[in-house]
Amino acid sequence: MLLYILKRLLYMVPTLFGMSLVSFLIIQLPPGDFLTSLTSAIADSGQSLDQASIDRLTALYGLDQPFYVQYWNWISNIIFRGDFGWSFDWGQPVSRLLWDRMGVTIFVSALSLVLIWALAIPIGIYSAVRRYSIGDYVFTFLGFVGLAVPTFILALGLMYVSFTWFGLNVGGLFSPEYEQAPWSLAKLLDLLQHLWIPVVVIAISSTAALIRVMRANLSDELSKPYVVTARAKGLSEFTLIMRYPVRLALNPFVSTIGWVLPSLISGVTITAIVLNLPMAGPLLLRALVSQDMYLAGAFILIMSVLTLIGMLLSDILLAVLDPRVRYQR
Amino acid sequence: MSGVVSDEELSLPPPIIARAGSSAATASQWRLMAWRFSRHKLAVVSLVVVVLLYLTGIFAEFLAPYSPETTRPQYTYAPPQGINLFAPTADGGWAFNFHASGYDITVDTEAMRRSFTANPDKLIPLGLFVEGQPYRLFGLIDANIHLIGATDPKEVVYLFGSDRLGRDVLSRLIHGTRISMSIGLVGVVISLVLGVFFGGISGYYGGWLDSVIQRLIEVISAMPTIPLWMGLAAAIPLTWGPIEVYFTVTAIVSLLGWTSLAREVRGRFFSLRNEDFVTAARLDGAGEMRIIFRQMLPSMTSHILAMVTLAVPAMIIAETSLSFLGVGLKPPVVSWGVMLQDAQNLRAITSAPWLLFWPSLFVMIAVLSFNFLGDGLRDAADPYDN
Amino acid sequence: MTTEPEIVLSVRDLTVDFTQRQGSFRAVDGVSFDLRAGRTLGLVGESGSGKSVTARALMQLVDPPGRIIGGSIRLGDIDIAQLPRRGEAIRAIRGADISMIFQEPMSSLSPVHTIGAQVMEVLELHLKLDRKAARARTIELLGQVEIPNPEQAIDRYAYEFSGGMRQRAMIAMALACNPRVLIADEPTTALDVTTQAEVLDLIGRIQRERGMAMLLITHDMGVVAETVDDVAVMYRGQVVEAGPVDQVFHGATHPYTQRLLAATLKLEQPAARPAPPAVSSPILSLRNLGKTYQLGIGAFGGKAKGTLRAVDAVSLELAAGETLGIVGESGSGKTTLGRLILRTVEPTDGEVVYSPPGAAPVVVRTLDKAGLRNLYSEIRFIFQDPFASLNPRMTVRQIVGEPLLINRRGSSTEINARVSQLLELVGLDAGMMSRYPHAFSGGQRQRIGIARALALDPKVLIADEPTSALDVSIRSQILDLLIELRQRLGLSFIFISHDIGVIRYFCDRVAVMRRGRVVEVGDAQTICTSPSHPYTQALISAVPYPDPRRPRMQQRARYTETSV
Repeated sequence: MLLYILKRLLYMVPTLFGMSLVSFLIIQLPPGDFLTSLTSAIADSGQSLDQASIDRLTALYGLDQPFYVQYWNWISNIIFRGDFGWSFDWGQPVSRLLWDRMGVTIFVSALSLVLIWALAIPIGIYSAVRRYSIGDYVFTFLGFVGLAVPTFILALGLMYVSFTWFGLNVGGLFSPEYEQAPWSLAKLLDLLQHLWIPVVVIAISSTAALIRVMRANLSDELSKPYVVTARAKGLSEFTLIMRYPVRLALNPFVSTIGWVLPSLISGVTITAIVLNLPMAGPLLLRALVSQDMYLAGAFILIMSVLTLIGMLLSDILLAVLDPRVRYQR
Repeated sequence: MSGVVSDEELSLPPPIIARAGSSAATASQWRLMAWRFSRHKLAVVSLVVVVLLYLTGIFAEFLAPYSPETTRPQYTYAPPQGINLFAPTADGGWAFNFHASGYDITVDTEAMRRSFTANPDKLIPLGLFVEGQPYRLFGLIDANIHLIGATDPKEVVYLFGSDRLGRDVLSRLIHGTRISMSIGLVGVVISLVLGVFFGGISGYYGGWLDSVIQRLIEVISAMPTIPLWMGLAAAIPLTWGPIEVYFTVTAIVSLLGWTSLAREVRGRFFSLRNEDFVTAARLDGAGEMRIIFRQMLPSMTSHILAMVTLAVPAMIIAETSLSFLGVGLKPPVVSWGVMLQDAQNLRAITSAPWLLFWPSLFVMIAVLSFNFLGDGLRDAADPYDN
Repeated sequence: MTTEPEIVLSVRDLTVDFTQRQGSFRAVDGVSFDLRAGRTLGLVGESGSGKSVTARALMQLVDPPGRIIGGSIRLGDIDIAQLPRRGEAIRAIRGADISMIFQEPMSSLSPVHTIGAQVMEVLELHLKLDRKAARARTIELLGQVEIPNPEQAIDRYAYEFSGGMRQRAMIAMALACNPRVLIADEPTTALDVTTQAEVLDLIGRIQRERGMAMLLITHDMGVVAETVDDVAVMYRGQVVEAGPVDQVFHGATHPYTQRLLAATLKLEQPAARPAPPAVSSPILSLRNLGKTYQLGIGAFGGKAKGTLRAVDAVSLELAAGETLGIVGESGSGKTTLGRLILRTVEPTDGEVVYSPPGAAPVVVRTLDKAGLRNLYSEIRFIFQDPFASLNPRMTVRQIVGEPLLINRRGSSTEINARVSQLLELVGLDAGMMSRYPHAFSGGQRQRIGIARALALDPKVLIADEPTSALDVSIRSQILDLLIELRQRLGLSFIFISHDIGVIRYFCDRVAVMRRGRVVEVGDAQTICTSPSHPYTQALISAVPYPDPRRPRMQQRARYTETSV
């Protein structure tokens, strides 16, 4: 088992490398570089940078070096010093901005994932066992609708509904009076009141997708001969379905975390932008629009790495659940 | 051995797929698929909807009452007018009268704003095939006939309401259909080419080439899509023209699609490579190209078609999301996503909910139809599996 | 024998329908029989005869759209046919009074639960044993079914077992609560003959010891003759003949039974066929042919975990006009060997030489693409699976015409004429040319495959288990067709099969393979009657003989590997 985890970790290295390369590419992609942005920003504020300073900064950031050297400088700073570069837009090191926002992002993502599973697994089981029943059709239809509505439209729609019907303004994570207040029960309740909309919005499309996965997996498993064997033992229908086919259908389900996570993070990003939540999304958008590329690149890299870590966890979980996986490796 | 042996005398009659009768025996895969597909009622309806949407895109100039750019500052945020087929007559009865309700306009002098309310007593007669703004169909044919519009060219109708510049939402939606639906199509073609190329190489040759391509796919598909798209789209220079932006956004959007297609193609190649009938073709003396084009590709096309159909909705959603965020298509291009940009904040959507409602409805209809259609195609893709 | 043993289970007029889109299909039609304590009833029939549905109906295990619509199944005072399918009452019977063994032990066991957990579950459920007692009892049961090291085996998973061991675990599970009735649904069909013989022995022994009533469902007349007391023959949902085994085998009255027996017995002796050429030069010779597979190579091309020698230094010669059989159990390398000859699997060592009469010998491994293509028109292949080997998207005309088209044998009208000629040669109506494979039955498809193989006027045919996917009655028809073609067209055959009967019927000489090696080569008749190698002796004697008066399997020779 330990060997298996080690192997998976080793396996991640090339993928991580590829991800960092793509992130750096995004940093480099816009015309001009960090320095052009900086000089124009300084120029905007009415001052100017003399040629000597420009040369000094160019050398400092290695901007006159070839691509791979710049990449190496960037990535080695991240790995060895946790230094993600400088955000000229905010005038702060990127790392300081990053972790603040990522904490909330991870929290909301995790909460959404829990909700997704809590909904998708039982509904998927119900749909597969009672295939072609009215309930199944209702869930299938809702699932299709859930898949069809882009996250941001859902967020806007819920925002509209909660405002016009309940008079709630759901932007942000806290009501203004709690924004700066110390933590208290009232503040927590206020947070939850604001939190349910983003969590539901983020969860819905992945839930819809996972219900379909669970339904399909379980339908396959239900027709396998071992189910007949279990039935021939005299087990009750509920026990045997839970103990055998559901158990087996959960295995491929676990590995779907792999593709749920990227879309989950996508959903979190866009929902945060629409609802103006203090998470990574709005900051990323602002960074991209103002071409604050080190900040943007860092966000993209960190989100990708988190996704990858999630995938690793799902792989490990799968190995715990399924002896065949352990056996094959 | 003379004559024909009925060698199954002791066993069951031959299995009959799809319909009974002799026609099934000589039915090609496409015929069998069509039979299966037609049993899937929802998919058939969806096919009709998808075709209608593309027709809307093609004949946008004719179908839309106005040009999408026509602004009328005196009609900002005008709500949708109701369409009626009948109107009360002077003697108290009802008579056929195809019309829309006119507006009562009140001017709020303090806020310097006009507000509109639809008044059912004010009738604006509507007509089909009415003369209106001139346009050039397909860039070739000069015309000025519009499917629907006020019979009096001096009257203005906003059947779906108007936006902040007094532009007709219906006309913009119809023109937006062209851009949004075509992005799906063009994007899918790009991902199809990439997917079949990389997936084919990967699956057919295997080995280290396969490993490299697989890692590449893994990297791309493990990165969260929206941030990745945003990062790439943000690099589009502001100086670029609409056409360049359109194709760049399409290319970015198709980045997602090709990886899953490549995986599918690779998987099919792998499994087909070991099929007995492919080995049989090799032993018939067939060369690599003949095996690929005569045996393997025909066995995959139906599956690829289904995959491609299922990939379109993701592209439509992607375009809509990027444009909504302001990093995709930008005005003056009209797409559903660009239209939704106007519905970005709470103030806009509470005062003019139609700006959110109509484009969202179109996005949903398009995405749902493609999903159902793709599902139907996938179920029908392998008519030999029972 | 004056008093019959007591009746445990009595089935009367059992009828099962399957509701379909158009109307319903009657799978079981008024079937009646009795199961008696300590006796075995064999339920025989070919695929689709309704025998498996009957077995499942006895435990109310027929899934919708299937439904028992009539008749009774009496177990003591209870009529199982009347019990609700999901009810408490039938659940108390399943696994306790009646239990069942299935055909595919791999898929019938859960892959993610240990063998022990699956057996213990039955004990905890019906006998209310606690965990510890259940575990002890399970170890005992695993020992009874002769699973080595039951203390360790209990914590293993199904995929860690061989096929025979898995089936033993299934048997242990079925026996756990000492049922009165044991239903075995094709329990040995998925196993090799030597394993089959051992599993059948085990089932028989346990049944005698416990005095259980048993229903054995099988398509194999040999198994029936060797193991059962009474027989019921099913055909299209009905029992057409029933009685004591001797009476059915030696005094069958129903024409279907007679034909079935005739078809089976026909394959128990060599076919009437021309004598093999006395002395002739070899047309194909294999010299030290071998294939090694590297196991478990990582994605980064890491070191292989080990190697598998699938075929190991095989040297054989095929004389012109001769039929050489290659027989072996699963994993013996016989199928790989067939593929090595034509390099659809590339050999790692050794040589294949093709020496056509009146032409220079061809060394197959040195051929380039063009050379191989020429070879492929002289040596042709017949596949095992008549479904997978025909492209479902091509018409019969295209399939049979493909080799002609590729090798440019004439215009399209000439090719058409040749295709219809070929179809008639293999006994198919040329008018069927424009049909797709899905319109044909298994046997007919195999004929299409043969027509394709004959299209280029080959000298040698390699047939890989061409009849193993077919029912017994069709099997001999296909073999007779091949014999006739061989005679008419002067073909040489390499015939690969796991089935001794088929080999004896069809082949002049036979090579016996085991674990990649040829252990014995010789005259087919000699090998099948008095083999000299102990493995061959064990193999031949393990084949059940379809005559209850001449049992063979029970006095079989056993072979244990001394040097691996």
